[in-house]
Parts: sequence; structure tokens; C-alpha cells
Amino acid sequence: MKQAIHVTVNGVEHASEVEPRLLLVQYLREALDLTGTHIGCDTGQCGACTVMVNGQPIKSCMMLAVQANGAQVQTVEGLATNGKYHPMQQAFWDLHGLQCGFCTPGMMVAAVGLLQRNSNPTDEEIREQLEGNLCRCTGYQNIVAAVQSAAAAMRGESQPVGVGANSASGGGTQS
Amino acid sequence: MSVTRLFGASVKRREDPRLITGQGMYTDDFKLPGMVHMVVLRSPYAHARIKSIDVSQAKAMRGVVAVYTGADLAGKLNPIPCAWLIPDSDLKTVAYPALATDTVRYTGDGVAIVVADDPFIAHDALNLIQVDYEPLPVVTNQAQAMAQGAALVHDDAPGNLAFHWKFANGNADAALQNAEVKLKQTFTQQRLVPNAMEPRSAVANWTPGADELTLYNTSQNPHIVRFLLSVTSGIPEHKIRVIARDVGGGFGSKIPFYPGEALATFASRELGRPVKWTEERRENFLATIHGRDEILTAELGAKRDGTMTGLRVTNWANMGAYLSTAAPGVPTWLFALIVPGCYTIQDYACDVYGVFTNTTPTDAYRGAGRPEAAYLMERMVDLLAAELGMDPVEVRRKNFIPADAFPYTSGGTLAYDSGDYDKTLDLALQMVDYTSLRQQQQQARQQGRYIGIGLSTYVEVCGLAPSKAAGAMGFQGGLWEPATVRVLPTGKVVVLTGTNPHGQGEETTFAQLVGEELGVPVEDVDVIHGDTGMIPMGWGTYGSRTTAVGGTAIIKATYKVIEKAKKLAAHLLEANPQDITHDHGRYYVQGSPGKALTIQDIALQANVAWNLPDGMDPGLEENQFYDPTNFTFPFGAHICVVEVDPETGETKFLRYVAVDDVGRVINPMIVDGQVHGGIAQGIGQALYEHAIYDESGNLITGSMLDYAVPNATQIPHMETARTETPCPHNITGIKGVGETGTIASSQAVVNAVVDALSPFGIRHIDMPLTPERVWRAIEAAKAAQASQSGQSGQSAGQ
Repeated sequence: MKQAIHVTVNGVEHASEVEPRLLLVQYLREALDLTGTHIGCDTGQCGACTVMVNGQPIKSCMMLAVQANGAQVQTVEGLATNGKYHPMQQAFWDLHGLQCGFCTPGMMVAAVGLLQRNSNPTDEEIREQLEGNLCRCTGYQNIVAAVQSAAAAMRGESQPVGVGANSASGGGTQS
Repeated sequence: MSVTRLFGASVKRREDPRLITGQGMYTDDFKLPGMVHMVVLRSPYAHARIKSIDVSQAKAMRGVVAVYTGADLAGKLNPIPCAWLIPDSDLKTVAYPALATDTVRYTGDGVAIVVADDPFIAHDALNLIQVDYEPLPVVTNQAQAMAQGAALVHDDAPGNLAFHWKFANGNADAALQNAEVKLKQTFTQQRLVPNAMEPRSAVANWTPGADELTLYNTSQNPHIVRFLLSVTSGIPEHKIRVIARDVGGGFGSKIPFYPGEALATFASRELGRPVKWTEERRENFLATIHGRDEILTAELGAKRDGTMTGLRVTNWANMGAYLSTAAPGVPTWLFALIVPGCYTIQDYACDVYGVFTNTTPTDAYRGAGRPEAAYLMERMVDLLAAELGMDPVEVRRKNFIPADAFPYTSGGTLAYDSGDYDKTLDLALQMVDYTSLRQQQQQARQQGRYIGIGLSTYVEVCGLAPSKAAGAMGFQGGLWEPATVRVLPTGKVVVLTGTNPHGQGEETTFAQLVGEELGVPVEDVDVIHGDTGMIPMGWGTYGSRTTAVGGTAIIKATYKVIEKAKKLAAHLLEANPQDITHDHGRYYVQGSPGKALTIQDIALQANVAWNLPDGMDPGLEENQFYDPTNFTFPFGAHICVVEVDPETGETKFLRYVAVDDVGRVINPMIVDGQVHGGIAQGIGQALYEHAIYDESGNLITGSMLDYAVPNATQIPHMETARTETPCPHNITGIKGVGETGTIASSQAVVNAVVDALSPFGIRHIDMPLTPERVWRAIEAAKAAQASQSGQSGQSAGQ
């Protein structure tokens, strides 16, 4: 029996009827077509599905859609504002913090969450707090560097670097 | 050649804006009108006879569109082919049905499929299928499978032997017989699960009437999928379009052609509507290929001065239950020929036994054969150094192929293209300050601390090509690459490549290559890959070949474009073509740069074709089919420094230094990223990862809960550096970097741990070096030392 839920995702309100067993990640991907949030495992290990729920990063494969009733959800699609990348997106681009890009949305959301808790983390703290987000491509080195760079930018200590900075439209095109 | 501006620059990746905003298009992101969902019922038994299957309840469930079993595939879907038929090996090409009909051969073997309106209903229906299994005896490892009287995985493969392949150069027997020092060691290359972060997926869309299939698929090589899908399904090759847009990592696991995509195609054709299948991670653990799983013995002969003289290797390779697409080539050609590594050993022999077991099929996993080779050789060198009481650096230098000996025909009969092994080693030693590091190690030992220094000096055989080598090795395809460089009327450029990068960044590096030569900005070049409907042909991305082979094809096509542009410029400027020079996209008569035509001007003129010279065809587009003359041979030196806690067995990284020579480098930022990721996977094998089957053939490390894909705390900071020895046989000088880190790193870590533990008399521990294994090795060594000193104490007392 379907249940009615109201969820605000990236600032947009959605009223939906969902199966009680529908996971939040499936709701985002299938019902709302927000396919930037990925499913990489089925045991809560990989973190590819990490989104913000009421300002806290959570693994959206570990939460039912009905549990998100009334919640504010932010996904990777909602990170950029007014055509401007979030400093975390900018830093991942500037410092080659991604390769295949599959873990990246969840990784960036988790990293935004960690900077909310600690705006000036050490490399070791970044590694420890991203333990629940797996990346098979990068060896994590440039992810750590990107999080440091984003942290510095968010503290107002440095400007984003490189070509195309601050532009959410420049650069790559779909192949 | 124009002045270098883009070649060698760390240009930010052009693929990233879509990926960091959640706009990538991975296979599971595709949704088609009328699409239904397929799930696969997988065997819970490693080996069993199927006595009966009852699908009636599942079929009756509301929302279920269809249920199919192996019997339904008869005459409609041929078995999954193996595409590497190694010659002279008595290879048994056993039938690999997409769904088992009478026997299941590994836990995860497909038995039935359900197609339903949504995945939930499909899964519910799966539970209603009744299969009556009669369990059969199980063999999971090489020793069990090759034991006398072992249960047979396939009746037509006696002794469970898939093949026995032999290689010999010189006279290894004589060399070993005459050696002053002889060492023998057995190594285990444990089974690994590739775990690309994106699970595999297929969306098959059969269009009735047009009789055409479009398949969205997680593939490193869509043209190979098209080829093998045609063979399997009977759909004519020109009626199949395979699209692999964004692919979320592969590491070899997305090379093979699998039952999943074949079954989605079959179902779509039966139903006349789009069918999506996306595996879950637990399914990925069972039904996507595994890597490694080899038992190896090495016998090394040497002189007392450390000169290595002869080598004999035997490899028992676990192929799993069926032969996956490229599987037979991995433990044979991709392994054996490169075993002698950087060294001048010429008397060398290798025997490889491919063994069937009731386990998930194995195939190429990052490095594929070459990490196993480099690990074996580099461990043997360290064992020799320990035996002779020599420094591992000294033994390596004594045996290196000298820099002036290239091109050099190795003991594995490969023609190494170029190299300078001392140079990378020198730089690595300098980076760690080796002499002082050894002193620190000694001091630490006096304080009861166990620091170890591990070296790995490696050479890889990469840039997989040429096609005639592929043919000689029994690979049922070519290894050339095509390229198209198309300049549009506005001067914007479209590049088509048959390779299919999926994280390696060639949308950027290829744009750099073309932008450099044509004199246009990177932003003006779009690189198209992963679509057989747009790209004429291609063999894909693996074997560190994308840039070395695909990139060289692109450069050659670009040169043709420039030649045509020059001719047209000459015509428009009323000059002779030989008097035209070009510089950063400007074409002018030598000495008159003020009156130049830009590449954009020329592109417009070529495309409108109002005023072309006699005999010139319209358009500004060139194609190149490029088949290299040889493999490429990247090399380098990695040094790992660790500290081992003897109380817990835990290994802590102190330094990791990687000096690699991958030929010329287009984008240093991307190359560093490839090295980092490769090292992380090698470290994963060295310390953490291990796929384990229990006696009844259950994969007990079947999820990310039980199988340790390294997380951020488990991988150290890496220091990278490079030397640059160009590849002499391609015009870009590029050798390739995708597999470097993985091929180089496992043995650097293991050598470091074993070096740390040498005071205990420990010479070897098999991977993964988990704290428990290391602790047990220390305890065993302590016990052995105690009993030895006890015995010597007794004899002294007598």
C-alpha cells in the first residue's frame, strides 16, 4: 500500500505516493530523475549515494523514502547555486579529485558535511571522516587535496584556481 | 611541428563539469519509454544438477512480464564465446551458456530471468521460482581441482585442465643445474574482486520492424561487445549499436562480454520493448569476473656475485567455472613473457596450467598478468639478495639491462623498446635518501622498532598492440585503433576514437593532442567515444593502450588534416603548397605571416567547397587506421617504507615513492592521478583484499562488508616523480600509464614488510599481509628461533 510523502529536494517541494519499501536513493533516481546520486553497493559501505537530509550527510540507500517525509534533501544536483559551483565542486575539478566520477557526488556531499563539523581539518581527519565513502580510481590523494582546497576557500583563505573557475557552464561537454 | 603549449600541460579535465554536477550518463541512468526490468536468479550452489525448474508461480504474479529459463534460449542465444584461444595449449573451449540448463557450476551461475514492470516485482517473483537442485561435489582451488579423482567441472575437460601452455627461451634447465646459488619459492596471488564503483548494467532496446538493437552497456570496449553480441544473438552486426557513455570504472572487469547483456538483449527481442538489467553489488561479487588467483613456483639460479642466470616458473591459474572473454591470455601471454622484467636473464622457461573450478570466472584485472609477473620477479630478487647478504639495490643494478642495450630482446622474447632502469632507480633512491634511510633502519632496530624498505624495479608490456601479435597469441580480434579528426565549418573539431576511456581523462588529453597540432583551444575539440553508431571500429580501453595506440592514431589523422589545410591555403593564397608554413593554426606563405589564413578560415572554405584546387575533395576530415609495430614498455622504481608493529602485526606506511617512466606525458596531473589509483589497487592486494571461498564454494567475502576495498585511511600519501624516455616506435613517444601503479606496487609493499621482519628470519609471507598473517608469521618465526636456540643450547651443554 503506497504512502503519501512530502519531500523538499534541492529547494523544490515534491508530493509523492511511494511504496513503503522504496529507498530514498531509489526515490531520488526513479521518481524524481535525479540520477546524479548513485548506487554502488547494497550494504551501506560505499557512500556513492550520500545526500544531505536536513543538513546532515546520510547514505540514502540506508533510509526509506517514507522516512524522509517532511525532510529537506540536498543532492549533488543542488550543490551549485546561481550557476556557480560549490567550492567543493570547484576544488574537485581544480585538483583532479575524480576520475570515473561515479563515487564523486556522494564523496563531495560527505566532504561538505565534514567541513560543516570541522572547517579546518588535518589530512588525517579528512581521511578518517571519509572512511565511509569508497573510491576505486584516485587512491584518495587528490580527494584529500580537494577537500583541503575547498576548506581553505570556504574559510575565505584562497581563491579557486585554474581555468573556468566559478563557471558552472564552462569546460566539458558530453561526448 | 608547432611549439608545444598544450602537450605537457596539466589542463583541467573536460569531462569533469558534467560529473561534478550529477549530469553524467551512466548506463543505469538511462530510462526508455516502456522499459521493463530484468533480474537474474542465481544458483546458491557451486555445483549442482538442475533436476527441475518451476516458474509457474512467478509467471502468474501481477506485474511480471515474462520468465525465462535456459531451455527458452535454445536456438535464440548461443553460448558466451571465449575470445582468447591460446594456440598450442590443448585449450578446452567448454560451453558457457548464458543460463544454465542442466548443471550449475559456480555460486552465482544464472538459472532463470524474470522481467517485470519494476525491479521490486521482479525480485519478488524471483523468490517464487522453484528449482530442485541435486548438489554435486565441489572443487574451488587448483590443488583440489587437479587432485586425482577430483569432481569434474566440465565433463569435456578431463583433470579440470582448461589448457597447458608452455614457453621457453634458452636453456633454463641447464642454467639452473649449473647455478652457484639456487632458490625456490612458492607464491600465492590471491583472488581479488575488481569492485569498480559502478555495478554492471545493460539497457537493451530492440526495435521490431527495423530489427535493430541499441544496447546501453557498461563496457570498456563497445565494439567488442557488438561483435560478440552479434555472434551470440545472431543479430547482424550492422543492426547493433552499443553505447557506453559514462562508465564508472572498469579495471578490466568491464572488458568481458557477459551473460547479463546477452540476456537483456534476448528478453528485449522476445518482448519488443526496452529491458534494463543492473546488477546489485552482491551480484557483482558473484557474477562479474574476479582477478588473479594463481599459485606460482619460481626457481632462480644465480652466481655468488648476484648475477641471475636462469629462471623456471610454473603457474597454476584458477580460471573459475568458464572461460571468460580474455581469460586464457592473462596467466599466459600477459604474464609469462614479462616475468624476466628489467633483468638480463635469458635462460627462462614457464609452464602455465589453466584450471577449471566451481568459482566465478577470472579474467583481466588491472595489470592482468603483469602484476603477477613483476611481483614474482621482484620477490625473487629480494630473496636472492637476502640469501647472498647483498643489498637489494646492488642485486638489481648488477642484473639490469643496460641503458645502451636497447632495443633489447628479453628472456621473454619481447623487443623492449627503450629504457633506462638505473635512472628511475637513482631518482627514487635519492628521493628517499636511501643510505641514510638504511642507517635509520638500523638505529630503529636497536630500539626494537621494525622498519622495512621495499624496492620494486619493474618493466611492463603495455600499449597492447600490434594486431599481428594479437593473432600470434590467439586473441580473436585486432589491437589497432581508428581515429577520425573532423573540422566543422566553424573550425570546431570533432574527434572520434575507438578506445573508450572511463575515468582516464582522454576527452581532455586527446583534445590537448589535437588542439596542440591544429592550433585551436582545447575547448574547441570534442572527443567522442563509446558509441558504435558513431565510431567506425575500435578495440577499446585496457592494457594501457588508449593514448599510446588511440592517441597516436589521432595524431596521424591530425597530420593529414594539416596537410590538406596547407594545400587549400596554398590554393587560396595563390602559392605553392611547399611554401606554406603553419604555426598555431595560422597558415601563410613563408616570410609573410601578416597575410595568414586561420584554420577556421580554411575549415569554412573546405566545407563550403566553393573554391577548391583541382582534384581536391570537399570537407576537412581525415581518418587514420593505426596499428603499432610493437608493444610499449613503461618502467620505473617504487620504494615503500613501512613500520611493522610486532605485537599486532599491523603495517604502517612511512613513505611511498614512485618514479615512473611512461614515455612522453601529455597531462602530468592526469598521469599522476593514474599512478595514485594504480598504487592504491596494488596496496589493496598487498595488505587488504582477498576473495575467499568456503569448502562448499560459497564466496564468504561476498560483500563490501567482508571484502576490504581500501578506504581513505588505508592508503598513504604518495610521492610521484618521472623520468621521460620516449617510446621510439610511435610518433607521440607515449608509452601508457593506466596499469603502472598496480604493476609496480604490491611487491614494493611486501618487500618492505619482509625487510622489516628480516631480524626474525622471515623471508616470505603471502598476500594479503593482514595484521593476523603478519603476527602469525612473527610468532612462528619466534618459535622457530626459540626451538633452534634451545637445541643449540642443548648441544652446547652436552
